[in-house]
Formats: sequence, C-alpha cells, structure tokens
Amino acid sequence: MSFLELNNVSKGYGRAGQRTEVLKDVNLSIEKGEFVAIVGYSGAGKTTLISMIAGLLSPDAGSVHCNGHLVTSPDPERGLVFQNYSLLPWLSVYDNVALAVRQVFPQLSKQQQREHTERYIAMVNLTPAMHKKPRELSGGMRQRVSVARALAMDPEVLLLDEPLSALDALTRATLQDEIARIWRESHKTVVLITNDVDEGILLADRIIPLSAGPNATLGPATAVDLPRPRDRKTLTRDPKAKAIRLRVIEYLLGEGRRKAPKAKDAVAQVEVESPLVRALREQVAGPLTTPAT
Amino acid sequence: MKRFPFDWLALPLVGLIAVGLLWVISCSTWAPNLPSPVKTWEMSRPYIVEPFAKRGELDQGVLRFTWYSLILVSKGYFIAILIGTPLGFLLGSSKTLTMMFDPIIQFLKPVSPLAWLPLGLVLFGKSEPAALFTIALCSMWPTVVNTAVGVRAVPQDYLNVARVLKLSKFKTLTKVLFPATLPYMFTGFRLSLGIAWLVIVACEMLIGTPGVGGFLWQEYNSLIYEHIILCILTIGCVGFILDRLMGIVERRFAAA
Repeated sequence: MSFLELNNVSKGYGRAGQRTEVLKDVNLSIEKGEFVAIVGYSGAGKTTLISMIAGLLSPDAGSVHCNGHLVTSPDPERGLVFQNYSLLPWLSVYDNVALAVRQVFPQLSKQQQREHTERYIAMVNLTPAMHKKPRELSGGMRQRVSVARALAMDPEVLLLDEPLSALDALTRATLQDEIARIWRESHKTVVLITNDVDEGILLADRIIPLSAGPNATLGPATAVDLPRPRDRKTLTRDPKAKAIRLRVIEYLLGEGRRKAPKAKDAVAQVEVESPLVRALREQVAGPLTTPAT
Repeated sequence: MKRFPFDWLALPLVGLIAVGLLWVISCSTWAPNLPSPVKTWEMSRPYIVEPFAKRGELDQGVLRFTWYSLILVSKGYFIAILIGTPLGFLLGSSKTLTMMFDPIIQFLKPVSPLAWLPLGLVLFGKSEPAALFTIALCSMWPTVVNTAVGVRAVPQDYLNVARVLKLSKFKTLTKVLFPATLPYMFTGFRLSLGIAWLVIVACEMLIGTPGVGGFLWQEYNSLIYEHIILCILTIGCVGFILDRLMGIVERRFAAA
C-alpha cells in the first residue's frame, strides 16, 4: 500500500433529490516523499478532495488511508495550508505558529518549543515580522505564516490547498521558489492543489488533472521528469515541459471537460466558458504554436 | 455639508443654545412650574460645588449620590455579565437550545424594570437584592444575544484550524471561540451597561435608597423641582461617559 491512498472516494452535498455529486470514484496513491500536484477547474471539488485527505470531511463512499491507517478525523500528521490562510487574527505570527507547536509537541520544554517555533518562522523568512499581527502583513506574508504553522507540526504529509491563488504573480513566484526550497530541504510528502498547470510543472513530481464537476474524477497522471532545481524561465521553452503542459491541458479541455450531458445543461455548457478554460486555451495557443526559433 | 474650523465644537454649542432657549421660553410661558436655568443653578449650587458633601442621609453632594448609584449598578451589571456570557455561549453553540429558549428571551426582553421590581421584592424580601435582580434581569439580554450571535459568526476556518491541531474542547473554547467572539461580547457589554444605568434610576425611585434616582424622587415629593433637573442632567452625563468608556474598550477589542 502506498503512503497516501484514496480508494474509490465519492462525495456529494445536499439532501436527497437535489443532491450534487462533487467527486466520483477518485483513486489516488502517493509515495512517501513525493510531490504531487492536482490541477483542476474552479469549483470542481479540489478543496473537497483535500479536505477529505485532511480528514475535515469524510467521504460518502470509499476510503482514505495515510501512513497505513484509515483517515477518520484531522490529525497534525497531515499539515494543511488553507487557501485563505486561516490565521487567528488576534494572535501574532509567533503565537499562531506557537499554538501549533505547543499542541503537537507538549513534551518539549518551554525553551525548546520557542526555538522550534522560531526555527520555522525563520524558514519562511518572517523573523523580522515575528511579533506582528496577521492584519499588518501582506497576503504573501500571511500565507508564509500559514506554511510555517503547517510545517512546524512536522507533518508526514503537507497538504497545500491553492496556497498561492490569491496572490499577485510576483509574490506567487517568490513563494513557489520558497516551497520548492522547503520541499528540497525537508522531503515531505506534498499534495498541492492548484489551478495553474505551470505551477505544477515547476514544483511537482507528478501532475494529476481533476476533471470538471459534478462527478469530477482524477485523470491520468503525468510524471514531471525534469531536473531540479527548476527555473521558470527555461521551463517555458523546455520541450519536455511543453509536452507535459499540453498533455494536462488537453485532458482538461477534452476528456476532463466532457460531462454526462443532461438535456437542460447542454446549452449552458456550450455557451459558458470559464475564465480557466479561456486561460488554458490561451496558454495552449501561446508558447506551443509560436514557431520554434 | 460644508466644514469650517472648530465645527466639531461650534455646532454642538449651537444645538445646546437652542435647547437652552427653548427651556427659558417654556418656563416663562406655558410651563410656570418648570424652574428656569438660572434658578436651577442657584438651587443646585451647593450640591455641585461640594459634590461629595454628606449633610444627611437624603441630603448629599451630587457625585456622592452618583457613586452610590454606580456601586449598585455595577453589582447588578456584573451579575448580568456573569450569567449572560455563558448563557450566550450555550445558545450560540447549540441550535437546539436556541430554538428552545429564543422565544422566551424575545418575550422577556421588552418587560419593563418596573414590572420586575415588585417580583424581586416578593422573591428576596429586601430592597437591595430586589434591585440587583431587576438590573441583572433587564440588562442581561444584549450580552446574551450578542454573545450568541458572535459564537455563531465564528468563521468555519478558525474551527478547522482547531480541528487540524486537535485542540481539546476546552482549548477550542479558550483559544479560538472566546477570542473570536470577544468583539461581539463587548458590543453586548456596552449595550447592557446602558440598560443597567437606565434601570437603576427606576429601581431607586421605587425602593428609595440613596442615589441619583432616589434623590430625584425625594425632591419631587418635597416640591424642589430644580433638583429634578439637576438629577436628569447628572444621569445623562454619567450615561454618556459610561457609553464612551465602553466604546473605547469595545473598539480596542474589535481592532484585535
């Protein structure tokens, strides 16, 4: 059995009658130390998927196993970085991280707990802002606190739920590099949820597309066998990276986009093109059709 | 509106002068029993100039009376907070309890202090516990309701953090729920204090203990109407100051 394994996981919301099946028969196995990116549409159920891995939600059918046992509730062994940071606004950066440290390592002395907390704040380069409140920080800094809090629990698996989607492009690039560095240093198992294929290519060992919902499911995995550390400037021109991007996007625009069409939905599906689909189309049209120089 | 220098001072002064004029005109025309401002000042002078004097049980400086009233009000108010806050937490965290007790609270909220006081006297026999009972019962509801609303408004994200960290029930309460609810609680505390001060005057008038309200009623009975106005002004001032002080505390917590 793999380190993290999902078997035929399904999850829906709503009462009988008007129920929406969000995820259907999701299968996933991740090895220890692997960095996996799950790429998918907004609203496809990415957050639902990672909440089930975290144990915040329980699947309607199927099972989630981690480290050899069944996941039934959240546990610090699976550190979760929330999409919207979820820092406690009345606590300073230090106290937000220290809350996690004191809870997960009660056996350590006060001094050791403080050193541990400070080490992880330093890891995300926030030592100067240690005693600030979250509202005094930029979005990127807040997300780094959230990453530090998750890492400070020394989890077996780090779950990143679109951690960078709310940030501007420059901050996102900086944080992507930081995540890459932290992963190199710690070699944790990482599951990254994202809607940015290039982010997956930059960071992950494997990219798995999630088809559009309802009844979303995971598509075929694509291995990202590019040498590390990766550089985003050369990646845009790397033929291997282009091939990976094309494969993932083709699935998302092709097979992953088709849904079992109900008569009343058919028109809407043709007309509505989500911003992601448009962005993906442009990406395909962009670097791949420009004549090779 | 056009702004000009010192408008924050000038405009309230204009309002004050307008009301003062209305007062002067009223007492010289249609309300002959209403003491004029000058008369009120002359009669009130000893009480204001020596605010802490004690010339007799029912003849004391105005701040001394205020002090008695404040002590009584703070006792009743703390009982209200001590009962109201946990009650709010219970109601906020349980849908069942809310459905059970919300109608009763909505029903009890508008009952006047004048209605509770006799019941308090029946229950406790003595006047002070009856007054405390009334103050607590009347001023408790804003604390209960606001705390409950605050608990319900705690973002699911914070609770998810507590779940991922596996905080115990008690720690979730003290580390997450309580701090997240504090701003709402303080709004409730401020509103409660306003009501507690409102109620104290009515209580004192009925039970006749020394205090601003008691003094007011006694001077009405002794036909010294100037002192009624003195008491009204004092009550207004104290209420205003209390509200401002609580407002400062409230803002401090809302910003956290």
